[in-house]
Amino acid sequence: MACIEARGLRKAYGATVALDGVDLRVEEGRILGLIGPNGAGKTTALNAILGLTPYQGELRVLGRDPWNERDRLMRDVSFIADVAVLPRWIRVSQALDYVGGVHPRFDRAKAEGFLGKTSIRWESKVRELSKGMVTQLHLALVMAIDARLLVLDEPTLGLDILFRKQFYDSLLNDYYDGNRTIVVATHQVDEIEHVLTDLVFIDRGRIVFNRSMEEVESRYLEVLVDPDKLAAARALKPIHERQGFGRSILLYEAADRQQVAALGEVHAPSISDLFVAVVGNQTGHTGGVSR
Amino acid sequence: MNTQINTMLDAPLRSQLRAPTVIPAAQQAYWALRREFWESRWIYLAPLAVAALFLFGFLISIIHLPHEMRALAGLDPAKQRDTILQPYDMAASLLMGTFILITMFYCIEALQRERRDRSILFWKSLPVSDVTTVLAKASIPFLVLPLVSCAIAFVTEFIMLLLSSAVVAGSGLSVATYWNQVSLFRGFLLLLYHVMTVHVLWSAPIYGWLMLVSAWARRAAFLWAVLPPLAISVLERLLFHTGHFAAFLGHFFTGGAEGRYAPGTLPMHPGTHLTPGRFLGTLGLWIGLAVTAAFLALAVRLRRDRGPA
Repeated sequence: MACIEARGLRKAYGATVALDGVDLRVEEGRILGLIGPNGAGKTTALNAILGLTPYQGELRVLGRDPWNERDRLMRDVSFIADVAVLPRWIRVSQALDYVGGVHPRFDRAKAEGFLGKTSIRWESKVRELSKGMVTQLHLALVMAIDARLLVLDEPTLGLDILFRKQFYDSLLNDYYDGNRTIVVATHQVDEIEHVLTDLVFIDRGRIVFNRSMEEVESRYLEVLVDPDKLAAARALKPIHERQGFGRSILLYEAADRQQVAALGEVHAPSISDLFVAVVGNQTGHTGGVSR
Repeated sequence: MNTQINTMLDAPLRSQLRAPTVIPAAQQAYWALRREFWESRWIYLAPLAVAALFLFGFLISIIHLPHEMRALAGLDPAKQRDTILQPYDMAASLLMGTFILITMFYCIEALQRERRDRSILFWKSLPVSDVTTVLAKASIPFLVLPLVSCAIAFVTEFIMLLLSSAVVAGSGLSVATYWNQVSLFRGFLLLLYHVMTVHVLWSAPIYGWLMLVSAWARRAAFLWAVLPPLAISVLERLLFHTGHFAAFLGHFFTGGAEGRYAPGTLPMHPGTHLTPGRFLGTLGLWIGLAVTAAFLALAVRLRRDRGPA
């Protein structure tokens, strides 16, 4: 069974179309990165998956209809919307009590273990914690839930780089077990690059790119072209060209590795470069990935 | 560590070990209610503070009690009783006024605050239904606050009785004369009856309406709750020179007295004759309760539809 299955997902806010016919299938056990410029429809798509917003079209998450079965779905789904949603008045101990009280799959000892590694005190209120600590607390709560799907929408927004690194490390080492499915939407593309198994680009409410990371690695090549071979390199029809280090960097899709290797230094493109190439080409954007 | 165990087990074995998937509804309701007590501590702290303040004032005032008791001795028993009971009635009225204020304030905040601070995204990430959440919140004005307020009133009056008895006994007067006039337990039951009939069952549509607006309004819920009914009343007065709508609204605040007590008796008077049967037979009561139920059902619906404000 697919974890998420969407067909013709549409959502409009008045005249603004947020989702314009999204088809998406995410198998269980995948870690999918959902990347898109601001206002591309990322959050709307995630909200539809989580049963937070109504939509047109077909959508099943773990076999359920999220809009009409949100509370039942949440027995198997966890999410962190963004850093600022834990109620500011709640105490750390109260948050543990409450989640333990209402969630059948919450392992309190595990959450306490995670919190033990931080400097968060039990009697503190959320409003007394730093931004990073609030995220640590939320992550400890979520990681102690034995969920089948975890959805993260900009989970590390506003956090410093050490913290962001730690966040994804504990997600991979302490949480991901090969069976759970994780969907991450973020602007900090390059930080999640090594974490992902699948990559989806969304732009203006449509999915414009959807491949596994293995496919991405085998299919896309970036070449730092030797200046005298530029004409030959362009003849091979790169999907994108940019300047860097005083030289032209050309991005190829499904090119012959031997052939392009003769043109210069070959390496795998970063997700952000791929994003600029794909999304920029599709819609005439000049960029769009903020870092 | 659990983490290590989890990763050691292979997939099929782990799925067999998955914890039971359902938490009993009563347990969820209990935690939903606990949340309200954590989040809105003022719903019990405010009446306690009012009671404490009143007791402080009472403590100072009973210095004159022996003197008053001696002056009263010559008067007729009814007059005696009224004078002795006066502070008890004041305490009850004050706490009821506090109850009404707190209840209304709670209702108007109940479903808006979690959207305003975006914490609704956290609450909705847990397997608690909108029905459970809204009913837990509704139980505060309809059940928890009336009981808490009456209990606080009872304890306050009990402390008043103890303090007065000490002063009366200390001045060599008969405590029995004083005690004969005060019947705390009967007073408590009368108060509970009064609150549950007038301020809860009869006024239910007011609280239902406030909670509905709280679930609907993005901001300024209080204005949305108050201004439209006010505007309708004013328009009716201007256009038709009548006041039916205003009278209709006023009915929910003050009305409904017909049927609760036998004709000619005062609500809180010790000799009051209660007629709950007649009260429960009033058609208006049941229409009001049906409207309240509809308001709450709409609030449940809105809690699902509305995101952070």
